[in-house]
Amino acid sequence: MRTNDLIFRTTTSLIAFILLGFSFYLLLAGHNAPGGGFIGGLMTAAAILLMYMAYGFEAIRKIIPVNFKMVIPTGLFIAVLTGIGSFVFDQPFLSQTYGHFHLPILGDVELATAMIFDLGVYLTVVGVTLTIMLTIANDS
Amino acid sequence: MSNIAVLPILIPLVAGIITIFFHKKIKAVRFFAKLVTLLNLGVAVWIGYYVIQNGTVVLETGDWVAPYGIVMVADRLAIFLVITTNIIATACVFFAQHSLSLKQEQFYFYTFYFLLITGVSGAFLTGDLFNLFVFYEVLLMASYGLVILGGERVQLRESLKYVLLNLFSSMLFVTTVAFLYSVVGTINMAQIAQRVQEVEQTGILTTIGIVLFFVFATKGAIFPLYFWLPKSYIVPNTVVSALFGALLTKVGIYSILRTFTLMFTNDTGVTHELFIWLAALSMLFGVIGALSTNNIKLIIAYNIIPAVGFMLMGIGLLNDAGISGSVYYLIHDMIIKAALFLMVGALAYLAGTSDLTKMKGMIHHYPLLGWMFFIGSLVLAGIPPFSGFIGKLLLLRGGIEEERFVIVVIGLLTSLLILLSMMRIFMRGFWGEKPDIKVQPKQARKLMMPAVFLLTLSIILGIGAEWFYPHVDTITTELLDQGSYIDSVLKE
Repeated sequence: MRTNDLIFRTTTSLIAFILLGFSFYLLLAGHNAPGGGFIGGLMTAAAILLMYMAYGFEAIRKIIPVNFKMVIPTGLFIAVLTGIGSFVFDQPFLSQTYGHFHLPILGDVELATAMIFDLGVYLTVVGVTLTIMLTIANDS
Repeated sequence: MSNIAVLPILIPLVAGIITIFFHKKIKAVRFFAKLVTLLNLGVAVWIGYYVIQNGTVVLETGDWVAPYGIVMVADRLAIFLVITTNIIATACVFFAQHSLSLKQEQFYFYTFYFLLITGVSGAFLTGDLFNLFVFYEVLLMASYGLVILGGERVQLRESLKYVLLNLFSSMLFVTTVAFLYSVVGTINMAQIAQRVQEVEQTGILTTIGIVLFFVFATKGAIFPLYFWLPKSYIVPNTVVSALFGALLTKVGIYSILRTFTLMFTNDTGVTHELFIWLAALSMLFGVIGALSTNNIKLIIAYNIIPAVGFMLMGIGLLNDAGISGSVYYLIHDMIIKAALFLMVGALAYLAGTSDLTKMKGMIHHYPLLGWMFFIGSLVLAGIPPFSGFIGKLLLLRGGIEEERFVIVVIGLLTSLLILLSMMRIFMRGFWGEKPDIKVQPKQARKLMMPAVFLLTLSIILGIGAEWFYPHVDTITTELLDQGSYIDSVLKE
């Protein structure tokens, strides 16, 4: 019962990349500007879901061969590890720090450990959202 | 060094996450779970020793100074309860593999189990009211996972009630925290206590206090909010029932104990008076429930409610003997409830039924289980020299000091009825002719070991009361002197 969804597919291939790019920006900006791992993750999940809707389950599973159930613990683990990092440096739990680094091409960049925590949140949100959505979608 | 306060939360959390990665390799998971639980118990005992030596440990997470940041407060009461939690967790993790089916174990049982311990320990250790809500959610999420483990029809029916009720009370909880924040402008428990005292607890604060009490009462199964408890606690697997029965309601009671000895203590004529009457009704209705049924698991589940009543009575009395009675009873009840749930679980498994009318003469085949159950009943009913007696003695003394004779009489009557309800199991299930059933001595031994461990501890808690009582006394002094908690958190 596949309907003619040429417009939907064309728009998706355009929008999905804008969504992914913007969600990644939100993730990187999140620790001291509007954004963060949570909304970045939700947006990524939305983009991937859009691709699932446009191209079908099998096609996307070949392109993104990731078991989203396993993304959840990976994200949680990264987030908890940033907290545990403070044990190593004898700081109170969940302390964060930042520094300025000179990277090739990008120039002077401020990197903060809070971003690693955000990355954990990001992965967890992507994992949870897609696991729920795909479970519901496959239920019928 | 202050970081140690977060370890009892962090270790099970990390373990819970790691077990997701290899949840199908059940032998490895079992070994890992036992190892981590023992490690966590060791760490908790070590922190307990550290706290006794050096006083309350306060962790200001992320180096944000209280009251602006989130604090973890490991005072004596919190850490003693964390140790007790880990003792029960140890017994349950050794029981789990004999009671769960392979499929249930593989379906993330150990992950949910670790997250439950994370939530319970977190609720005991946090010094921030909103964080208490967060840890409530953590433990509830884990408990939702555990209660439907197996996915039988009756489980889904009972867990629906459980989930809906807890969702509602969580909603009420977060709303109440918002109300409280709008009045006192803080969610740090120590600072709330300070500000409530400064404004001498005006009417609106008492109202908020009572709403908060009803939130905790829903979790703690206090009259009239206990109706959901008995059935939803007996439908999951035995090991899950034991964890729930021993830990979840006690988190509710701990929250009431903390809130109403630290924050809302100025208008006791309203709040604490209410507690005493609700305590009396909880005792009576709980024990009537226990006498009304022939299902052995249901009898134990109903017996949670009078125990909660006893603890609430001590909080309501708010004097030395009452509070120390509540604290003693809290620790005692966690251990003995876990032991009893494990024992009736083993009994139901070995007899092949949990219906008393179909059971007889089990003592002929399993004498050890029979006598253990007998001792467990005495401990629960509060027969000297066991631990229940010490707790009840303190509570009744507190009641007599305040000249509350009605509640004292109800308490004594309830104790007798509890003993009667337990003896019904003993007389009908263990006495009688030798039944014609398949005897499984090997399986029985495995099922009984964790209960033996808990029962031994419970007996030590009673006979060795001389060793434990000084600590309980210190906890009481700390609880009744709000200044000491406020000072240790806010460092003034």
